[in-house]
Amino acid sequence: MPRSVRDVVFVDGIRTPFGKAGGMYAHTRADDLVIRCIRELLRRNPSLPPERVEEVAIAATTQIGDQGLTIGRTAALLAGLPKTVPGFAIDRMCAGAMTAVTTVAGGIAMGAYDVAVAGGVEHMGRHPMGEGVDPNPRILAEKLVDPSALVMGKTAENLHDRLPAVTRERADAFGLASQVRTAKAYANGKLQDDLVPVAIRDPENGWGLATVDEAPRDTSLAKLATLKTPFRPHGRVTAGNSAGLNDGATASIIAAEETARELGLPVAMRLVSYGFVGVEPEVMGVGPIPATEKALRIAGLSIEDIGLFELNEAFAVQVLAFLDHFGIADDDPRVNPWGGAIAVGHPLASSGVRLMTQLARQFAEHPEVRYGITAMCIGIGMGGSVIWENPAWEGAK
Amino acid sequence: MSSEVVTKALVRAVTVNGHKAALITLDNGLDHTKPNSFGPGGLASLDEAITAATALEPAFIAITGKPYIFSVGADITGMPMIKSREQAVELGRYGHRVFNRLRESAIPTFAFVNGVAMGGGLEVALHCHYRTLSGGANALALPEVSLGLVPAWGGTQLLPNLIGIAPAAQVIIQNPLTQKTLRPAQARELGIADVLLEPADFLERSLEWAAGVVAGEITVERPEIDRDMWDGVLYFAKLQLDEKLHGAVASAEKALELLALAKDADFATGTAAEDEALGDLVTGPQLRNSLYAFDLVQRRAKKPAGAPDKALARDVTKVGVVGAGLMAGQMALLFARRLEVPVVLTDLDQERVDKGVAYVHGEIDKLRGKGRIDEGTAAKLHGLVSGSVDKAVFADADFVIEAVFEDLAVKKQVFAELEKVVSPEAVLATNTSSLSVTEMAADLEHPERVVGFHFFNPVSVMPLVEIVRAGKTDDPALATAFAVGRQLRKSCVLVKDAPSFVVNRLLTRFLGEIYAAIDAGTPVEVANTALDPLGLPMRPLALLTMVGPAVALHVSKTMHAAFPDRFGVSANLGRIVESGKSLTDREGNIDESVVALLEVGDAPLTAEQVRDRALDAIAEEVKLMLADGVVADAKDIDLCLVLGAGWPFHLGGITPHLAATGRL
Repeated sequence: MPRSVRDVVFVDGIRTPFGKAGGMYAHTRADDLVIRCIRELLRRNPSLPPERVEEVAIAATTQIGDQGLTIGRTAALLAGLPKTVPGFAIDRMCAGAMTAVTTVAGGIAMGAYDVAVAGGVEHMGRHPMGEGVDPNPRILAEKLVDPSALVMGKTAENLHDRLPAVTRERADAFGLASQVRTAKAYANGKLQDDLVPVAIRDPENGWGLATVDEAPRDTSLAKLATLKTPFRPHGRVTAGNSAGLNDGATASIIAAEETARELGLPVAMRLVSYGFVGVEPEVMGVGPIPATEKALRIAGLSIEDIGLFELNEAFAVQVLAFLDHFGIADDDPRVNPWGGAIAVGHPLASSGVRLMTQLARQFAEHPEVRYGITAMCIGIGMGGSVIWENPAWEGAK
Repeated sequence: MSSEVVTKALVRAVTVNGHKAALITLDNGLDHTKPNSFGPGGLASLDEAITAATALEPAFIAITGKPYIFSVGADITGMPMIKSREQAVELGRYGHRVFNRLRESAIPTFAFVNGVAMGGGLEVALHCHYRTLSGGANALALPEVSLGLVPAWGGTQLLPNLIGIAPAAQVIIQNPLTQKTLRPAQARELGIADVLLEPADFLERSLEWAAGVVAGEITVERPEIDRDMWDGVLYFAKLQLDEKLHGAVASAEKALELLALAKDADFATGTAAEDEALGDLVTGPQLRNSLYAFDLVQRRAKKPAGAPDKALARDVTKVGVVGAGLMAGQMALLFARRLEVPVVLTDLDQERVDKGVAYVHGEIDKLRGKGRIDEGTAAKLHGLVSGSVDKAVFADADFVIEAVFEDLAVKKQVFAELEKVVSPEAVLATNTSSLSVTEMAADLEHPERVVGFHFFNPVSVMPLVEIVRAGKTDDPALATAFAVGRQLRKSCVLVKDAPSFVVNRLLTRFLGEIYAAIDAGTPVEVANTALDPLGLPMRPLALLTMVGPAVALHVSKTMHAAFPDRFGVSANLGRIVESGKSLTDREGNIDESVVALLEVGDAPLTAEQVRDRALDAIAEEVKLMLADGVVADAKDIDLCLVLGAGWPFHLGGITPHLAATGRL
């Protein structure tokens, strides 16, 4: 049976404001966060009939309790999608939502369905990293990976060891820049349109409404320099140059380009290629480098072709490793122009779609840019990178 | 010392689309099974919260509830503590003073009715300038009239001026008297809420909607209230009420007066009248009786006095019904729906069995047609209900109930046949309304598993089951009967094996006095209306028509045999039965052709005399029943009359009224 691969597009993306673990979402269920995203996404795309959604892929790293029960399916039901819409849960730790997008994109390209919802959620307050894990004893017995590989902060320290040029000072400066850029993006109203307000309740104060990220803070290099290095005495990784522990959810509409055009849905980004790779788990932060090289190779592009970068800031060191590798300056305006996870937070499995949503907004503002990248490092030694094309690219006209 | 569980009003500033709003949450700190309410502490907290919210200088103030519950209104547990009229009036004023701040606020006020809103809970919402309503708010009502009160925190003045007098009278008077509450869609339809929103993101959408209203992007349109028809509507409402209750229910009368006032009175005058009405009602007997009855239904009914330890109950995995007539069919349907176990009917021949099963299957299809059950449930129920002419199908049943002809010999015969088939532990139940359960079990090998399980007609509607402990009934059998009753969602009352148990015994005694009055020469009309001032659910002759004269005569004879001194057999009742008709038609109109058949004396009674004799007779019977231990307490008699005969809350069943009139 002859068939052709179809173009896949990112239609729209949305997220909850990100909270600090134990903060504003302490009394809010994880599934309710992602349900809220799905409902709002459908509400602001009224030309998409709910029954045309044919798959719901929702990522969570810790798939138990309110992040369990095949959350893609249950969230779809609870969001009010027709019962005929299937769903599934997906996990690739920090790249969960990214993998949800690439997975449904594969299904769409293959022709299995036309429109899907892909997103992720992580309530790290309710589900701390490592909750309920049971690592196989062979991992240690056979020295399959270094014991530090399971503690992300330690892998970041390991990366600093291997890249002496990436100093604590550079990491702190990058962390500060993330805060400053985020504050500026907020001030200019760049982020708000993709935040869905969430009703929150706590026993002491009653109902409230989460409308902004809880984690960003006003800081300075001097203040950052005083922070402790919890993962290693006299280390380099601090709360100021890494993402915190956060609660939040994201969702996006991914569609075949022909279906998006048929339904009159916006085409915000066109998927070009993607790559996931494995690296040494104890320096998982290098993952985005080979992942990006793979995606570039598949696309037949080089790094010079990329005009915008949305890199997840799990740790400043892993972003700086990427920039050094590709010869990009620490303060290059093409990279995370609205700040990143160090400021807004990184609710693990949800973050991939946040990167995409922001890149889509930036594409609209930059018709001179044709290609952009979303990339992130992933626990147990992986990296993921997705290359997108800007439909608003003026060169196409 | 107040025992109020204080519902706190918590205030929080939120930002919605750039507007600052003050959000007040009503929350008593407990889960949804303990709903929010307003006592003095709760009102004080709301008062403070409105002050705090106003001080934030927000674009709007909104009030909402805790999950599933907005507020169920005044804390009725505090009502019995009110000793004087002045205290009651002051409670009314306090609520008005606090709630009115939301109405008179210069800052727009909104109620986000997220869950159940009753009484004062709905009234606080009515004071707000706008209302959003969640599709998940399971019950909305102003039930005060059913409790001997009126919606006295503004409800009688605000509601008719919001939705019109006809629907307001429905919500404030008719609905409470028929125990009805509104579903969200109905409340929206009536205009009680300005917008109905889905529960999944109700609060977010409500805040967004409110922001749209204050920004002028959303215009709320409400229909003009028609004042021309106001008096006419209330005139007909009064007629309708009188036809049923004959002016007996003080709260309903007061509500009508207040609704009339709402047409032209300014708000202060109207609410002052509410305060006075509250003063009158709180200190009157009907509120006390109603709260007593409410407590019986809400609490005592859930913990039946004298029921054995629940742990003794045996599992019921299959139910048998002997007989395939109408009552048997109703029981089979109820068992299948509630127990979700196989239910098998038997009768003497295949034709009757087929008819019985077809009736049940037909009822299942009707439920499906009305959307009361889904397709899967209908299919399941069809599969659960079957029939046979061979009682061997009862071999693995755990609970078999007979609904055959009301004759002791027939029933004994049925039980004897059953015992040959069922296991020694299977419970054998009888739906007899008047026969001795002990005698029914007397010749059995295992009489300890026999219980009385007396439903009221119609089985699916009437909430009472009288559970009879016969002479040899053991605790496991009795516990099983109570467990089954609970699963059927019936209120069960334990009664001794005494003739006609509670409800039928009292109703028969009562009707006996009416026949006696007619026999003596009292005009039928006078005898029939003599009890009108009590506000009973139906007149005695309507009751006779509903029961059927033949059944009534049969029961009379049974009771006469047991207690010849107090229960007579009216020769005129025999004449009525022979006529094949009843004294009244279904609408309650007296049939003069039947009256003409009666042979009466020349010593007519006045209505007052008839009433006195009837109440004296009931009082005497109640005393004897209590002395004989038919039930554990007078409360159980009242519970039986409220749930089994529909006797009114405002009489507290009957014993509070008998006590208040010096008869008990």
